Amino acid sequence: MMANFHVTTRKGEKQTLEGVDGWRLMELLRDYKTGIEGICGGQLDCASCHIYVDPDWLGRLPELRDEEEAKLDELPSWEENSRLSCQIIWGEELDGLTLTVAPD
Amino acid sequence: MSPADFVSPLHSQETDVLIIGAGPVGLFAVFELGLLGLKARLIDTLDRPGGQCAELYPEKPIYDIPGIPTISGQVLTDRLMEQAAPFEPEFRFNQRVEHLSKRPDGRFQIVTDAGDVHVAPVVFIAAGAGSFTPRRPKLDGIAPYEGKSLFYAVRERADFEGSDLVVVGGGDSALDWTLDLLPSVKSLTLVHRRDKFRAAPHTVDAMETAVAEGRMNFVMGDLERLTGKNGGENGELTAVTVRSKTGSTTLKADRLLTFFGLNIELGPIADWALDLEDGKQIRVGTEKFQTSTPGIFAIGDINWYPGKLKLILSGFHEGALAAQEAFRIARPNEKLRFQYTTSSSELQKRLKVA
Repeated sequence: MMANFHVTTRKGEKQTLEGVDGWRLMELLRDYKTGIEGICGGQLDCASCHIYVDPDWLGRLPELRDEEEAKLDELPSWEENSRLSCQIIWGEELDGLTLTVAPD
Repeated sequence: MSPADFVSPLHSQETDVLIIGAGPVGLFAVFELGLLGLKARLIDTLDRPGGQCAELYPEKPIYDIPGIPTISGQVLTDRLMEQAAPFEPEFRFNQRVEHLSKRPDGRFQIVTDAGDVHVAPVVFIAAGAGSFTPRRPKLDGIAPYEGKSLFYAVRERADFEGSDLVVVGGGDSALDWTLDLLPSVKSLTLVHRRDKFRAAPHTVDAMETAVAEGRMNFVMGDLERLTGKNGGENGELTAVTVRSKTGSTTLKADRLLTFFGLNIELGPIADWALDLEDGKQIRVGTEKFQTSTPGIFAIGDINWYPGKLKLILSGFHEGALAAQEAFRIARPNEKLRFQYTTSSSELQKRLKVA
C-alpha cells in the first residue's frame, strides 16, 4: 500500500503526494517543490518549513517538543495548528495527512 | 566619465572584488582571490562574519568539511577568518546591498542601505539563501508605521523614551528589551501568545516581578490590528489591538516593538536582471561560476547549475574557479600563472609564511 499525503502548496495548488518512509516531512515537501525551503536542514533554526496541519490530524502527530514550540513562538503567521515539518518523520501511519504550506 | 557618474572619493571605495555575503564561501573566496593578488571587500547584513554558520548553527558540529572530521559553525568561521587574514580583507557589516549597476567604465557599482558606494570590476555574490531580515507582523497596512512607531530592533533608546510601548515576543530579545526600556517609558505592555517564555529564567523572573508589582502589563494573545492618527497615514500609532481566546483588548500605544526572529529572503538580488532558477537561485556556468552578466559571479548556496548541491565544500570549489576568471577581468594585461602553495615562493610571500 502506498501512503500519501494531501498538500496545499504555497502557491495554493492542491496535490496528493507519496510519502517515503523515514524521510522528514520537510524533506518531502522540499523535494516535491511545494514552497518549503528547509534552509537549516531540520535543526529548528530557521522555521522555513512551517505548515498548518488539518485539525483532525493534530493529535495524531508526534507531540510538540519545547524546542519546536519555542521556534513556532517567533512566527507571526502562527496558528493553533502550526507545526514545523522537519519535526515529523514520515511513516505509513501518516497516510492521508492533510496540510497547508504556511506563508513566508 | 561624465559628471553624473562621478562619485567623490570620500564616498566611493574601490577594490578588486566586491563579495556580497561574508559566510564560509565568501570568506574562502578571499583566500583564493588573495593567492592571485586580488583584494576583496565583503558586505554582509549580519554584524559579524560566518553567515548561516554563525547565525543559525554556531554550536552545531559540521561533519562534511574535507580533512576536518568535526567542526562547529563558529570555529569553521574563525578558521576561515584566520586563513583569509594575510590578504587583509575589508568588511562592511550591518549593511545590505540595495543596488548593483554597471558604470560606463565597465566596472560595477554597489550602493548599500547605509548609502555607501563601492566600485570594483568584479562582483561575487556569495549570499547563501539571501539576507537575514526581521520577520514582519502579518497585518495589513503596517508599512507607514515601520521605522516611525513600529520597530523590529532597538537602534536608539531615545526612540522609546516616555512612550506607551507595546513589546511583542517571548524570547530573549523581547524580554531583555522589555526590562531595559521599562524605566524610561511611560507604560509598557508585553504581548506573547502564551504564558511560557523561552528566555533566560532570571529574565523571565524579573519580568514577572515587574508585572506583579504593577510596573508593566502582560497580555496573552496575538496582534490583531494597529490604529493610527488619520488612519495611520503618517505612521503615528495610537493603539494596538490584541486578540486572545477570550476576546480582543485594545492597548493605548505610540510605540510597538516586535521580535519575530529573522527570515531569510533573496531581497534586492532578485531585481538585478540575472537569470534565476525557480526565482530563488542564480544560474551560473560550471566553468567560471559566472552569472548571465559577465563580471558578476555567484558562488555557494545562492547559485544553481545542473547537479548543484548546497554544500560548503561545493562553494569552496566554486570560489576557486570564479577567482581565476576574476583575475582575467581585473588584471586584463597580466598573465594568469597557476601555482601551488606548497612550492611557490610568490604565493608563500602573499600568505606571509615566507
